[in-house]
Amino acid sequence: MSSDASTVPGPSAEAQEGLAQRIRDNIRGGNLGSWPVLIGLTLIVVFFSIKADNFFTAPNFINIITQMGGVTMLAYGVVFVLLIGEIDLSISYVSGIAGVIVAQATLPETSYQVPGLVAIILAIAACALIGAFQGSFVALIGVPAFVVTLAGYQIWQGVIQKSIEDKGVIVIQDNTVNNVANYFFSDRNGWIIAFIVSALYVASAVADVASKRRHGVAVRDPLLIALKVIGVVAASFVTVWICNFDTKSSDGDVTPGRGLPFILLLIVAMLLILTFLAKRTTFGRHVYAVGGNAEAARRSGINVVRVRIFVFMISGAMSGLGGVYLAARLNSVDLNAGGGTLLIDAIAAAVIGGTSLFGGRGEVRDALFGALVIATIANGLNTLNLTQGVIYAITGGILLFAVTLDTILRRRQQKTGR
Amino acid sequence: MTSSADTPLLELRQVTKRFGSVHALTDVDFEVRSGEVMALVGDNGAGKSTLIKCIAGIHAMDSGDVVFDGQNVTIHGPKDAARLGIEVVYQDLALCDNLDVVQNMYLGREARDWFHRLKEPVMEAKTAETMKSLAVTTIKSIRQPVASLSGGQRQSVAVARAVMWNSRLVILDEPTAALGVAQTAQVLDLVKRLADQGLAVVLISHNLHDIFEVATRITVLRLGRNIAVYERASTTQQQVVEAITAGVPTKVSGITQVAPGAPA
Repeated sequence: MSSDASTVPGPSAEAQEGLAQRIRDNIRGGNLGSWPVLIGLTLIVVFFSIKADNFFTAPNFINIITQMGGVTMLAYGVVFVLLIGEIDLSISYVSGIAGVIVAQATLPETSYQVPGLVAIILAIAACALIGAFQGSFVALIGVPAFVVTLAGYQIWQGVIQKSIEDKGVIVIQDNTVNNVANYFFSDRNGWIIAFIVSALYVASAVADVASKRRHGVAVRDPLLIALKVIGVVAASFVTVWICNFDTKSSDGDVTPGRGLPFILLLIVAMLLILTFLAKRTTFGRHVYAVGGNAEAARRSGINVVRVRIFVFMISGAMSGLGGVYLAARLNSVDLNAGGGTLLIDAIAAAVIGGTSLFGGRGEVRDALFGALVIATIANGLNTLNLTQGVIYAITGGILLFAVTLDTILRRRQQKTGR
Repeated sequence: MTSSADTPLLELRQVTKRFGSVHALTDVDFEVRSGEVMALVGDNGAGKSTLIKCIAGIHAMDSGDVVFDGQNVTIHGPKDAARLGIEVVYQDLALCDNLDVVQNMYLGREARDWFHRLKEPVMEAKTAETMKSLAVTTIKSIRQPVASLSGGQRQSVAVARAVMWNSRLVILDEPTAALGVAQTAQVLDLVKRLADQGLAVVLISHNLHDIFEVATRITVLRLGRNIAVYERASTTQQQVVEAITAGVPTKVSGITQVAPGAPA
């Protein structure tokens, strides 16, 4: 081998490499995982906890969760789109469409009124169809996704404006729909949920290890697996514990507050479902393959067209779910549905979390971490009584930093290869 | 067809392929037998890549017949080719850099159970076994991304992927083009081993030295047409070079001239 050890990826003798060695290899190879965003998030939390009195409190924790719910749902979808190396700019107004649909479909005293749950399913299905429609232009004809979804951005904004222009606002009176944003679990149910989530995670980790043993495959880093399990279990219970700390106080009267919000359960449930889809199924594997090398995927017999359309469907469906939540949070939809910084925040969340804009690299959890960063910054700056302008500028700066880091990591990855 | 040993595993007759006004292949005949290494040579633009892409189902032939194992077949896509046991290792390897070795080995045909769930340990165990059987020992971990592998290692992964599927015909497109001396020797050893195991191997290369080291027979293409088929044992590099460049096979013994349009 070459004498220049710094450019040659480790010699073959290192078959028995340790955890420390692999961590070093990962850093050199530009494979940092979730560490940058987690470290950043910790710094942000510490900063605001010191600067603002009412930041590091249970009620504010619940506030942050409820503020980030919609963005997180959209960002989950964005991760899939970015994984195949595309972009979806229509998500914000597609989510607005979902809001309009649930509001219209549950409107009392109309001939077409349907139960809340049916309206929610209808809204998500419609948004999935929109995604498939837009994805077809990309996958079948090869129109750049940027243009297709930019057109979608305009079209669906127009549809929203047109459909509620006479009323200006539709109030949602259906309880099922409103509960998506306004339901909080009792303390006891919160604990039960924490227990179930922990049990599921432990069970899946144990099953993984058992399956590897059965097939005679080495279990890498048992210590790391144990730490992850402990971390997830601890995080579940601590989260519920914090939520249960929430109190309402009026005129010195302190009564139990909101508790674990339903949206947090939804955030975690979608995280688990979509992570399973991305990492444990053939479809997920094909998504990564298409993002890494679409031509290689095609030659391997992967139906690239179907993968692309399905990814845009996921993006649409998640926008729909996010849109239902955002509408429920306001108990209404108005002409601004899907507007504001929703689009930028959702894409920024995925990218800040560590999903590559170049395709093929990223995880569903990136969206959650990125959304946490964005929501925490906005919330923290608010508690410091800073104006919207400052929040925009700082969020933009962090986005620029994240994309720059992504670009550098990608270059490193290419350099260490071959 | 005199004896079963001489029966080609794959036989193409009168294959024609056009891209618009460009005639990539004109009435090309080609055959390869089990247990032999058939080299496919020709200058740039001779149609080598187009021919193998037709065999692999990447391109559809405009006309021509394909006989595989005595049966007339049509190949509409990569899956058809894979079903017949035809595997191609492309010049650009067709690996996904962001996926690890195991994931690349099973790309497009992952082992799965209910709900398309991946059977990761099964794939990992089989990959390790295949790597061992092919004596590929230079790869540190089969769980490292392909992006972190060297050229020779990547080539090994691509070849291992091709033979893992009980394939009967393996097509290698310029497998040694980007490799150093030692790695080239490794890959050529691998090629010989494949033929010894009874596979039919098609080897595309510009490097006549490599070809004369491993090939059983040599097919020469020029400007999308057949020029000749040589027995390696009874020909010289000089003759092959002349066929590639001038397009005229030298009249010497050992040439089995392809009879144009001859029915089987």
